[in-house]
Amino acid sequence: MPAIWIIPALPLASFLIICALFLRPERSRFAPHVLIAALVGSLVLSVMAVAGLWHDPAHAPIEYRATWLAINPGGALQSTSVGGLTLEVGVLLDPLSGLMLVVVSLVSLLIQIYSIGYMHGDVGYGRYFAFMSLFSFSMLGLVASSNFLQIYIFWELVGLCSYLLIGYYYQTLSAANAAKKAFVVTRFGDVGFLLGIIALSYAGGTFNLLELESLIASDLLVPFFFGQSVFVTVVALLIFSGAVGKSAQFPLHVWLPDAMEGPTPVSALIHAATMVAAGVYLVARAFFVFHASGEALVVVACIGAFTAFLAATIAVVQSDIKRVLAYSTISQLGYMMLALGAGSAVAGIFHLTTHACFKALLFLCAGSVIHAVGTNDMWHMGGLWRPMKATAITCAIGALALAGVWPLSGFYSKDLVLATVATSHGLESALGAGGRTTLLALGLVVVFLTAFYMTRMWAVTFAGRPRNNEGRRAQHGAAHESPAVMILPMAVLAGLAVIGGLLNHEAVGAPLNHFLGAGEVHATHAGWLVWVSLALALSGIVSAWAIYGARAVSLAGIAARPALAIHRFVERKWYMDDFYHGVVARGVVAASALFAWFDRHVVNGFVDGAAWLAGVAGRSLRLAQTGQLQLYALVVVAAAAVVGFALAYFGVAIIPAASVLP
Amino acid sequence: MITSHLQLEHYLVVAALLFAIGTYGVLARRNAVAVLMGVELMLNAANINFLAFWRYVDPGRLEGQVFVLIIITVAAAEAAVGLALVLNIYRTFGTAEVDRVNTLKG
Repeated sequence: MPAIWIIPALPLASFLIICALFLRPERSRFAPHVLIAALVGSLVLSVMAVAGLWHDPAHAPIEYRATWLAINPGGALQSTSVGGLTLEVGVLLDPLSGLMLVVVSLVSLLIQIYSIGYMHGDVGYGRYFAFMSLFSFSMLGLVASSNFLQIYIFWELVGLCSYLLIGYYYQTLSAANAAKKAFVVTRFGDVGFLLGIIALSYAGGTFNLLELESLIASDLLVPFFFGQSVFVTVVALLIFSGAVGKSAQFPLHVWLPDAMEGPTPVSALIHAATMVAAGVYLVARAFFVFHASGEALVVVACIGAFTAFLAATIAVVQSDIKRVLAYSTISQLGYMMLALGAGSAVAGIFHLTTHACFKALLFLCAGSVIHAVGTNDMWHMGGLWRPMKATAITCAIGALALAGVWPLSGFYSKDLVLATVATSHGLESALGAGGRTTLLALGLVVVFLTAFYMTRMWAVTFAGRPRNNEGRRAQHGAAHESPAVMILPMAVLAGLAVIGGLLNHEAVGAPLNHFLGAGEVHATHAGWLVWVSLALALSGIVSAWAIYGARAVSLAGIAARPALAIHRFVERKWYMDDFYHGVVARGVVAASALFAWFDRHVVNGFVDGAAWLAGVAGRSLRLAQTGQLQLYALVVVAAAAVVGFALAYFGVAIIPAASVLP
Repeated sequence: MITSHLQLEHYLVVAALLFAIGTYGVLARRNAVAVLMGVELMLNAANINFLAFWRYVDPGRLEGQVFVLIIITVAAAEAAVGLALVLNIYRTFGTAEVDRVNTLKG
């Protein structure tokens, strides 16, 4: 078994090497090679680690840990009731983290290869790959962490790296703003996450994942507020709030579409393997907490289902090719949360894995198109299948996989998610059969919408004829197919998007189910559900093709007044951004104006008043300082006389009477 | 031999008068040497009180006489330092009148 800690350490080494040697533009030529070499190493080690676990996944997880900082070890100081606090660093390898290590290092590796072509000639070439190294390191470190504190540290590192990369074109105002938005919005969730792990670790006396898991399993947690079940629910929801921020779930999803300001490979990495996957991974990693609380799981499922629906509707009306994909990611993340909330980590992680492949693929295709055309607006494209056949074909594979068409990978994972929801006992007991059916219906509507907007995107971009000057120039050879270094990763990802379903195909014995879900009850497929979701996907494809591809149906025919109102509502992103801007941001500004006034006039008033008082006192006391020594002496004598007379008249004996005369 | 009509009160009245005269000298005289003389008078008024109380209240103990000796010593030292100060004031300001030495005015 290879040492697991080397897997994240390799990209870190790459980060340091690039920073030391290849940062300057004139020397940055070999920066990607360093990172790619490191990621190949990480990938090989991850695959070896998973191979070691493959045949015996129920084997006890492999954990290496070392004490980092021991405060008051063993409670020796007796100053507090909670004994000591020992902070550890460690790596944990179990099927879940092993699988994620493979996914992250594989997708990251392919994106880096693609980046060689995409970022070619950029001034910040070295900086780009340095940040990418740090990003890969943070995500691999997060996945391999064995305790919550370490997860939190890497969690924030991931947030920092996405800030740096979204704001990569920092000279552009919108990019700088998008980076800030991503950082601040996710921070809302992170506060809850931190509170959650502190509460959990305080009650359990340890940060370690395995120890906490066994404590919760055997009811040995010492909750310091409420009872055990309420406490666990609160902690689970706090941890989930971190995942809501990172995985762009409602209501903190608004940062992800703006994150498109970064270079397209960065978007691919954020959407497929790192940033947003971190939230889903966190819920799966902390699943023992959620499992102990039925209510928390229901919240996860409801938020996931609603987010999936919300984002899917918005994706239908976007005109920026990357924003379509961004809302699609939010929607698919909602699916994963829905699966986790329905009680199946296997379904959530399976969809995460297949989604990582085809969403990375779709982003790389979008990057290839943008690289060729020089615009993000789909309505300025059109007819690109002729000059860019490889991109068009791989993009079609990705779109079909995302739409959930048999036999591509998305079909299987989406089917498993829906089957899990349909058969979830947890959801049924909490929401009733009707509530569970509602969630399932939302999921099915999203299947239709997903197929619709993906077909729309492909049709508008690649089909038909070029729409304007840029497009026409493209037709005459300006738009060219991307270089092989970009096509190769796309081809590999397309292959994975096709065969990814095998990972959990029943024909080969549903290996993922055995690997990940040792002991988990496998959701039995409801036969009709497969056909319904497939039919919905196909009808979505057909209707979108009819409108945008074949132009058999005119948009003008359905542009009735209520349809327009809905269109505007959806196009304004359900007014979520306007709400945040108008109510939340303005409220914060108003509150801070109030506090500023209070500070300036009340707090400052106290300070200024004290200074004024000292000045006045000084000016008046100054009058007493005449410089006439004899006047001072007179004051002393007069005071002594007053004291003496007072003592005499008020009958206080200066000398005790008994000692005056013997 | 102490005559019987001379009582403790008489000494105290003399000392009080002496003290009052000294205080007047300190507070009212403008010449710095006269101010020093006032201080000497006040010290000696205290000496008279010490000796009178010693003699009439507890003649068996030595504290009264010891204090007087200490005060005489202190008065001598004070006179020496005080006169040196007066000399320097005269050299610096060209006068020995205390109301004209008022550079400490706030």
